Amino acid sequence: MALTGIQIYKLLPKTNCKECGFPTCLAFAMKLAAKQAELSACPYVSEEAKAKLEAASAPPIRLVTVSADGHEAKAGNEVVLYRHEKTFYNKPGLFLRVYDDMSADEIQAKAKPASEYVVEYVGIELDMAGTAIQARGGDFVAAVEAVRAVSDKPLILIADPDALDAALAKLQEIGIENDRPLICAADADNWQAMAELGKKYNVPVTVKADTLEGLADLTEKLKEAGLQDIVLDPGVRNLSDSLTMYTVLRRLAIKSLYRPLGFPIIAFPGDAEDEDKEYALATMAIAKYAGFVVLDRFTPARAYPLLVLRENIYTDPQKPIQVLPGLYEFHNPGPEDPVFVTTNFSITYFSVANEIDGSGMPAWLLIADAEGMSVLTAWAAGKFDADRIAKAVREFKVEEKVSRKRIVLPGLVAVLSGELEEELPGWEVKVGPREAVDLPSYMKNVLAAE
Amino acid sequence: MPIEIPKQKWSGAVREAVIGATPEEGGTRKKKVIVGGQTTMPFLHFEGEVPHPPVIAIEIKDRKPDDWSPLLMEVWGDVADDPGAWAKKAEENGADLLLLTLSLTDADGNPNTPERAVEAVKKVLEASGLPLMVFGPGQADLDNELIVAVSDAAKGERLVLGICEEQNYRTITATAMANDHLVSSRTAMDVNLAKQLVILIHDMGMPLDRILIDPTTGALGYGIEYGYSVMERLRLAALQGDTMTQGPMLITPGEEAWRVKESKVGEGVPEAWGDWKERAINWEVTTATALIYSGADIVIMRHPESVARVHAVIQDLMTAVEPA
Ligand code: SF4
Repeated sequence: MALTGIQIYKLLPKTNCKECGFPTCLAFAMKLAAKQAELSACPYVSEEAKAKLEAASAPPIRLVTVSADGHEAKAGNEVVLYRHEKTFYNKPGLFLRVYDDMSADEIQAKAKPASEYVVEYVGIELDMAGTAIQARGGDFVAAVEAVRAVSDKPLILIADPDALDAALAKLQEIGIENDRPLICAADADNWQAMAELGKKYNVPVTVKADTLEGLADLTEKLKEAGLQDIVLDPGVRNLSDSLTMYTVLRRLAIKSLYRPLGFPIIAFPGDAEDEDKEYALATMAIAKYAGFVVLDRFTPARAYPLLVLRENIYTDPQKPIQVLPGLYEFHNPGPEDPVFVTTNFSITYFSVANEIDGSGMPAWLLIADAEGMSVLTAWAAGKFDADRIAKAVREFKVEEKVSRKRIVLPGLVAVLSGELEEELPGWEVKVGPREAVDLPSYMKNVLAAE
Repeated sequence: MPIEIPKQKWSGAVREAVIGATPEEGGTRKKKVIVGGQTTMPFLHFEGEVPHPPVIAIEIKDRKPDDWSPLLMEVWGDVADDPGAWAKKAEENGADLLLLTLSLTDADGNPNTPERAVEAVKKVLEASGLPLMVFGPGQADLDNELIVAVSDAAKGERLVLGICEEQNYRTITATAMANDHLVSSRTAMDVNLAKQLVILIHDMGMPLDRILIDPTTGALGYGIEYGYSVMERLRLAALQGDTMTQGPMLITPGEEAWRVKESKVGEGVPEAWGDWKERAINWEVTTATALIYSGADIVIMRHPESVARVHAVIQDLMTAVEPA
């Protein structure tokens, strides 16, 4: 965590020579603390002080990137325990695991659909991060080749050091750009060989131990061996121990600034004995601090809600996802077509827009600036009222677009209809359904029937 | 080198609430439900007490609902015309307690009446010995009319009555006070609003241990992050000693999850959404589970398969683990 000005001052030469451009060392220290100056401006700072200051400004959880081709899964750089305190930054990547004792066909049949899976959510494309490949008595290199034949996404490789060495050499030979997998796992017995691999191929290394001390001991050894990119596997397999250990790790890194455990976490929900437990463990990993998540079971109906949960948890609470206020068109609307109105909260916008679009009927959709809040929340906060809606009608010149002035309010704010009629003389104010999902039938049965 | 486990010291605790009264206590319930009492954030057993697990209420209605997903009607369709039978089936399907939501109208569109509401509540109380919560349809005047009648008729049962909202809490609070029931205090995803309404209800004389906080939520994909963070913030405030936020939290993931398109609709949706039923159950499970992680004490759900899965989640989370 950042040092205070006084703490920094103690590390400076205290000669007040002014060469940094500030009148005193203390003034310079204050500017450094506020990140308004660079340490390099002082020519006299000692190497020791430099090292201390740099270490103190390093993020409490190291950013580790696993990549391949244009794809990246990043974890780390987090600064809070609860998302409202700031935000969670790096969304954990979901990896589907295959095993090397499966045939190449089986491996590809499992890995390919998951790797290619894309689902759209509020205009964002969500996908799986990549594939994990685990040794289980088969041909590890062949398994890696089989995956690489159908996917150019990032990999997590889980095997002993010899098999990993061969697989990493094979990946170099295949030669996908930026192919930088995460390798698992260094333990008390093999950490030297794993450290060698990490350095030789410049790849991040997972350390695995059942205790915090065991983990810290391993990361210190790997750091001494010259490795920086480390990932932690605390060996938990239930919800209760996952929550406990992930929370403790996060607190140690962020609150205690305990450097030996300042690394992202990898979770293995895929180790669960059944699919429901795997699913629950995945939700825990996403909500409670994992950086990489390894799953054994993939179906779209599992991946979609998990990916949406991840989006939701990692949304910046200070910046609700919004769409631009304005007048949106669906199916080339004309002057006779209805005008729907809702707020600029993106989830609201996309729910409504998808339904209007799906109805196949022409319509206008007026998006009022409700500061990114949903209909009910905005209404309760006074950000979506008759006044604001009327303002949007004028601002976006809706009257120039329609001759038949019909505006449809969301059913949740039916109470606004009287006021809106007063605000918009000449308009017919209608109350639509409470839920977006009911819009198509409303358009067909109510609006079109008029 | 030993590592010091970081533990937080909290000055406050979640208040315990008792729902349902047994014959010895003046009711007819065969058991009661106790929630709350935690002295740490959710399930951090190593740091404080988690004396009671979160509980799951299954939501039933006083008549066959018009707008529930066909997937729900597959399960409940055979009992949906009889609140007693529905209550019994919900109990068999693992409910810890029941929520009866009263409809706005009867099947023919006539406004619901106090007589019908009382009849439905009586049937439920006879058919199942579980503690009961009863919520009005969500329209102030009718809510008051129906809930007052229910409250009188079930005096001493320690029901949870709702919905108390900022615009409409006085009548329901008064009748709950008069008849030894609890109330649910509902506000729109905001810490200060939640607190404010508890204060108003408490100012009328309602003891704090009979006020549950419903901070409301969106479903997964539809604003759950707001509900999630408001619950975390309320719980943090409670542990820091803010008495007006210390009530147990009640939340409605079932209602929210089952009204979104992902759960309601099986056809004409993107292929990437996958199998309808699998997705719908996962939607409800994910919404409920995430809210349990963020502090829910009572989750109200709708599908028995989701209920079973969330029960398994709760059971796992109640296992105390010492970090090492
Ligand atoms: S250049 Fe360095 S020593 Fe000189 S005043 Fe600035 S901080 Fe102090």
